[in-house]
Amino acid sequence: MFSDHSAQEEGPSAFPQAAALELRNVRKQYPGQREPAIPGLSLSVEAGEVCVLVGPSGSGKTTAMRLINRMIPLSGGDILLGGRSILDHEPTELRKQIGYVIQQTGLFPHLTVNENIATVPRLLGWERRRTEDRVRELLELIGMDLDDIGPRYPAQLSGGQRQRVGVARALAADPPLMLMDEPFGAVDPINRARLQDEFLRLQERVRKTVVFVTHDIDEAIKMGDKIAILRQGGTLAQFASPAEILIEPADEFVAEFVGQDRALKRLGLATLADIELVTPNGTGPGTDRVALSATVRDALSQLIAGGGAPLTVVDADDHVAGIVTLELLGRVLGDGALANGADPQVRAAGAEPRPAGQESPA
Amino acid sequence: MTVVFAAAPVIPNFGGGSSQFACERANRLFCPNWVSRNWATVLWPALRQHVELTLIAVAIGFVLSTALALTAYRRHWVERPVLIITAILYTIPSLALFELLEPLPGFGLSRTTAEVALVSYTLLILFRNTLTGLREVPAEVRDAARGMGMSDRQSLLRVELPLALPAIIAGLRIATVTVISLATVASLIDNEGLGSPILAAISNEVFKTELIVAGGMAVLLALLADGLLVLLQRRLTPWTRARAV
Repeated sequence: MFSDHSAQEEGPSAFPQAAALELRNVRKQYPGQREPAIPGLSLSVEAGEVCVLVGPSGSGKTTAMRLINRMIPLSGGDILLGGRSILDHEPTELRKQIGYVIQQTGLFPHLTVNENIATVPRLLGWERRRTEDRVRELLELIGMDLDDIGPRYPAQLSGGQRQRVGVARALAADPPLMLMDEPFGAVDPINRARLQDEFLRLQERVRKTVVFVTHDIDEAIKMGDKIAILRQGGTLAQFASPAEILIEPADEFVAEFVGQDRALKRLGLATLADIELVTPNGTGPGTDRVALSATVRDALSQLIAGGGAPLTVVDADDHVAGIVTLELLGRVLGDGALANGADPQVRAAGAEPRPAGQESPA
Repeated sequence: MTVVFAAAPVIPNFGGGSSQFACERANRLFCPNWVSRNWATVLWPALRQHVELTLIAVAIGFVLSTALALTAYRRHWVERPVLIITAILYTIPSLALFELLEPLPGFGLSRTTAEVALVSYTLLILFRNTLTGLREVPAEVRDAARGMGMSDRQSLLRVELPLALPAIIAGLRIATVTVISLATVASLIDNEGLGSPILAAISNEVFKTELIVAGGMAVLLALLADGLLVLLQRRLTPWTRARAV
């Protein structure tokens, strides 16, 4: 169905390939309101990319997302999924091909985790066996024990587990596009960071095209390959990669929205693996250690906390990879080595221990 | 043979004068012999009729009110008129309703008259409970159902109605117990059900045994029906008892 712009391997799926998404001059005018919620929005998201819609309340980010699966009807313009207009599909057929994750999860309280995940496969009329295999596979993918978690009802899960199941349910039919509306917004900060890392690792594997709505710029920077910053009134302030937005905010609004600490945020985009470390030749390494996968920002923070004493950088196997010092970071910053930002995918891989049952990314 | 009834009350459903009827003649609180003698001819048939009356009334009431609730769920304007009409029906005293229906053509002193009245008392409870149950389905759950590609019908059958089941069954419990109780009054119209022996027992001097047994059976029937519905709910809605572990 979505033949071009493929970025995903064959899977046990209904719609095996991620699809490119294009919003063409999309307009939304609610009846009885003078100003349109979205006067004309154009964006294009490549297959397999995470596009974050971010902005203050009233910027129309959720509206824009809900136009894509026709939960809200378009007033004008067009949206192309895999090169084909969403208006060519029946809304219910379209929605079965688009993963849908919302803040309060919307898990069905009367169905078990297994049954929740099987929702779309059942709507699509998959054979029982195929559905069961897919549910098993997805629970493994999100690091959950099939026998323990599968038969539980949502009320028997923690908030974080519910969000994971919500994501698994959205992935069930392997849709080419995922819509995620503040999916981690209702979770405490520690669990949120964990869920974000997990999702990035998951995305490494499944390579979906994702439209991700948040009001949190830090989350946008962390999750997005591209960020679309919307301002009040539904207009696009800037559409670029996180690094570009941090280095060159398009205007006052974006600069303010991104925050005064944008230089520091930029450091959060690169890991120690992205910079050239001091080689530990004979000289005694620092006593404190830092992981190679840590962001430059976190390393800087740790250096400051340690009073400027050098840190030993270790890789995942606990081998010493080098030394990082304040002088080194100062030099790196001075060189502008991070000026172009790092590939966000680099930092996504292996930032945290993987959930059980997950193989390493191909 | 002359039987002296001088001081004895006039007792219905009782004949003969030998000493085996001493209990009845003295009109003691409870005469087991009377019960065993009249079980097959009076009490059991009355119980069966009572169950029939109740089942028919609750079933018809359930179908009607569910249809009305589903309509009002989709079209909000339907709710008010239905509520007003069913509330009026509910507040008419049962005796008055029976007397109102009785002269209508096709009604008379028949089971139809009794059933129409009984059904009308179930409507308000069942309608309101079903509608409330549907409305209380969390918005994000409905949103998720729609967002995953369910049609309105699929969402209703697979998500909204199942989630409304606890409220629907709660309504059924109240309606059933109400009907079991009101059906005793309905025997004024069609002279069947457990109301029939109760009426016989109080039509003259009160015959305590019959009154207590028939009344007690109505109470037990109500408790039994309620218990069965609780079991049904446990069976159909296991998730309501699932708690965090």
